[in-house]
Amino acid sequence: MQFSGRRKKLIGNFQNDLYDQCLQFYGQPPLENISLTEFETFAVERLKLLKTVENVGVSCVKNSEQYTKKLDAEISSLNFPHRGGISEYEKRRKDHISHFILRLAYCQTEDLRRWFIQQEMDLFRYRFNCLHSKHKTDFLHKNNLKYETVSAEEKKNLKDKLIASSYGLSGTKVEEHDVYKVPFQDALDLVRTRKVYLLAGNAYIPHHEIVTIVLNDFRTRLSKALAVMFYSDLVISLHCDWLSSFVPLFFCYSHAYVGQDYSIQKNIGKISLEQIDALSGKSFPLCMRHLHKALRENHHLRHGGRMQYGLFLKGIGLTLEQALQFWRSEFVKGKVDADKFDKAYAYSVRHMFGKEGKRTDYTPYSCMKVILSNPPSQGDYHGCPFRHSDPELLKQKLQNYKVSPSGINQILELVKGMHYQLACQKYFELTHNVEDAGFSLNHPNQYFTESQKFLSGGRDIKKEVDMSQRSQENPASVTHPSQANSKQAHEEMGDLDSFFQDE
Amino acid sequence: MPTSDYDPACLPDLLPLYYRRLFPFSQYYRWLSYGGVSKNYFQNREFSFTLKDDIYVRYQSFTTQNELEKEMQKMVPYKVDIGAVYSHRPSQHNAVKSGTFQALEKELVFDIDMTDYDDVRRCCSAADICSKCWTLMIIAIRILDRALREDFGFHHLLWVYSGRRGVHCWVCDDAARKLSVAARSAVAEYLSLVKGGEETLRKVVLSDPIHPFINHSLSVVERYFQQYAIVEQDILCSKESVDKVLSLPIPVKFHNSLCQFWYHIKKYWKYLSCSHNIKKGGQYFDKEIMLQYCYPRLDVNVSKGVNHLLKSPFSVHPKTGRISVPIDLKELNTFDPFEVPTISLICEELERPRADEAEEDDVKDKENEQEAGERRRIRDYKRTSLAKYVKVFDRFLEAMARSWKGEMLKKSGELETSFSVFLTFMSFTYT
Repeated sequence: MQFSGRRKKLIGNFQNDLYDQCLQFYGQPPLENISLTEFETFAVERLKLLKTVENVGVSCVKNSEQYTKKLDAEISSLNFPHRGGISEYEKRRKDHISHFILRLAYCQTEDLRRWFIQQEMDLFRYRFNCLHSKHKTDFLHKNNLKYETVSAEEKKNLKDKLIASSYGLSGTKVEEHDVYKVPFQDALDLVRTRKVYLLAGNAYIPHHEIVTIVLNDFRTRLSKALAVMFYSDLVISLHCDWLSSFVPLFFCYSHAYVGQDYSIQKNIGKISLEQIDALSGKSFPLCMRHLHKALRENHHLRHGGRMQYGLFLKGIGLTLEQALQFWRSEFVKGKVDADKFDKAYAYSVRHMFGKEGKRTDYTPYSCMKVILSNPPSQGDYHGCPFRHSDPELLKQKLQNYKVSPSGINQILELVKGMHYQLACQKYFELTHNVEDAGFSLNHPNQYFTESQKFLSGGRDIKKEVDMSQRSQENPASVTHPSQANSKQAHEEMGDLDSFFQDE
Repeated sequence: MPTSDYDPACLPDLLPLYYRRLFPFSQYYRWLSYGGVSKNYFQNREFSFTLKDDIYVRYQSFTTQNELEKEMQKMVPYKVDIGAVYSHRPSQHNAVKSGTFQALEKELVFDIDMTDYDDVRRCCSAADICSKCWTLMIIAIRILDRALREDFGFHHLLWVYSGRRGVHCWVCDDAARKLSVAARSAVAEYLSLVKGGEETLRKVVLSDPIHPFINHSLSVVERYFQQYAIVEQDILCSKESVDKVLSLPIPVKFHNSLCQFWYHIKKYWKYLSCSHNIKKGGQYFDKEIMLQYCYPRLDVNVSKGVNHLLKSPFSVHPKTGRISVPIDLKELNTFDPFEVPTISLICEELERPRADEAEEDDVKDKENEQEAGERRRIRDYKRTSLAKYVKVFDRFLEAMARSWKGEMLKKSGELETSFSVFLTFMSFTYT
């Protein structure tokens, strides 16, 4: 784009239009030049914001007062657009540019894309909900989101059903505000949680819930844009020296799960099968101890349990041969004869080790994965006991494992606050008789490694060691910066350090 | 009613006969072609076979009905599963550039398995079923059928008895077949109310407001609950049993007659809720209990995957010998899983001496061999107990065929094409 002498004025008009809304879909990339300092600052600040979005989303209930307060504070302090105030032009520009910079870094892998989309969606949802009702409608119009509205007569007929299906919907609201009718496929989040009225394949969405539909749209667009970006030549040209000092910065602090993925086992074959029973009591996190016990008692585990436990065992160092022996010897004690095991179950064990099918070497599940995906149902023993067990049963189980009553209470408090990983950490502290675990738990195998380290006397409580360990274990796709650059980056990380420590 | 004692050891002898003379291939092919609206729909469909000695083969596909018949008669599968329609012929998937061979469409399916109810069944466990716990399947079918039709707007549902301990639902609408993984999982979760594994006592949690879907489901459950849970399942027979029901200690003085007991429990609950022992939100405990005992338990993973393989209708269950037959919802209350014919029964019925058909045979055998074979097969199954179930399947297909005609018309939009479609439709109805 060529600019003439009247450049400033032209840009001014153009950008005034571009930034006349507090919120945007990030459909168009920014078209201006900016300085390197701005580039870096914008990126880092947005990263801080997204990291806060993530932390606050885990530790508070979304949209609660606590959540709103914390997020509000962060958005203001980082100078991002906030509740459509006046003189927001600079902030909106920053919002726009920083989003696109982070796209460059986050389109690189599946995991990064997923994390980025999740946080951007949470941020978008928050900011959309903060908009005035009129601004919401404006936003919908400006972005060509035309959803069919329900006629007044139909609304009257369905009034009771609508009120019963949507939280916070009263009779007056139904009468006064629009209700939208969209095909259920466009409102999956509401359908999944049964927070919407369905009739003949259509979801009836009250005005205040329209954000979910918009979010669906947002997610689809962003997901597509990231995929396109990744496959374009642009990203390949990113791998050059002066940018490579930024990329490790992102990878260090931004990844939802940033530690080891435990796919490369350092201690293969160091565990013998005879040790497993003892280890389950001493060094297994509660979820795996639970699975192990269920396996020993029932001589069987269903698919979800086999995956979660089997991959964990792989992560602590079991070889394929050991795993096959382990599962076979246990299943054979139950209703499965050796033949049937070899036909039906052995395949899935080999599959776990990447020896069948598309040969993916599956990685052991992180805590987030165990907590959030594939909830257990009748007959299942997998999942996170702090998340999925009845508090009463959890209490009994902890009593059986000789945890002190005060300890149990602390754990139950954490569970009530939905801090499942902190509860598990507390379990670690109580069973290992230590004040402070000294690490931030986010992976069952990490629990095991830390426990083993502790029990063999090699504990290093210093947090700096953890930090540098993490920065060394970057995904392979990152080009490693030269020594000088990483040292400089490390220094710059100085004050960011304390900010990014998990609470 | 004799089911002609079925012995799994006879399968190798019975199956060839079944596939040669009884399996309704023409209706089966008609179903999976979906009126030819999409090109290569049948050709790109994956089938999987479980052969003798538990040998499992995937990525089977066929170009014509004839090829399907010949292969099945040759391989004599013990179990047949149906998978997705792929981007290419599954049998050639290795020749396709990696990453481009993808599952595109499949029916939306549900699998209700009786073992998932073991924590609330007292009459049987694991693979057993009886007439008492069969009521659970009736409840499941009624609830899900209504929801899929009224809430989600689907029209073409095929309910099939799995042959032993459960039922399957195949939602065959065009929109259903095109659903994404996320959409399928959302539908399955919408329909799920009973959540939690071994460690969860209170598996159903209700709070205000109660969604219309839950109310509809409750009205079905309430119809059956008194008879099913209190009388047949005897859930209030002992203090221990009741404790399990309510996870509360119950004073002995409330042990009256079974049905009155339920009334007393409600009264007792109201009394308790005045004290502070009950945690908040327990106001719907009676509804929650009914749902926990009776509401359908789906396996979300079966419904989620586009490429998930599910047992085919008219497949034989190797352990029980029963044919997986379609269920006529109009006769649901009288459907008896123990009356479903076994392969040994229908093979035996086939061997019974034929009445006046001998002459007709000779005449018609002189015609085209395939047509003759088909006609013979049609006469054959009509002489067996399988007939009424194939009729249910026929009616299902007829209803769908009307929608295919509509779709073909939409695609072309021209009078000439609609005439040729009419002819095609007529030829399909000839059976």
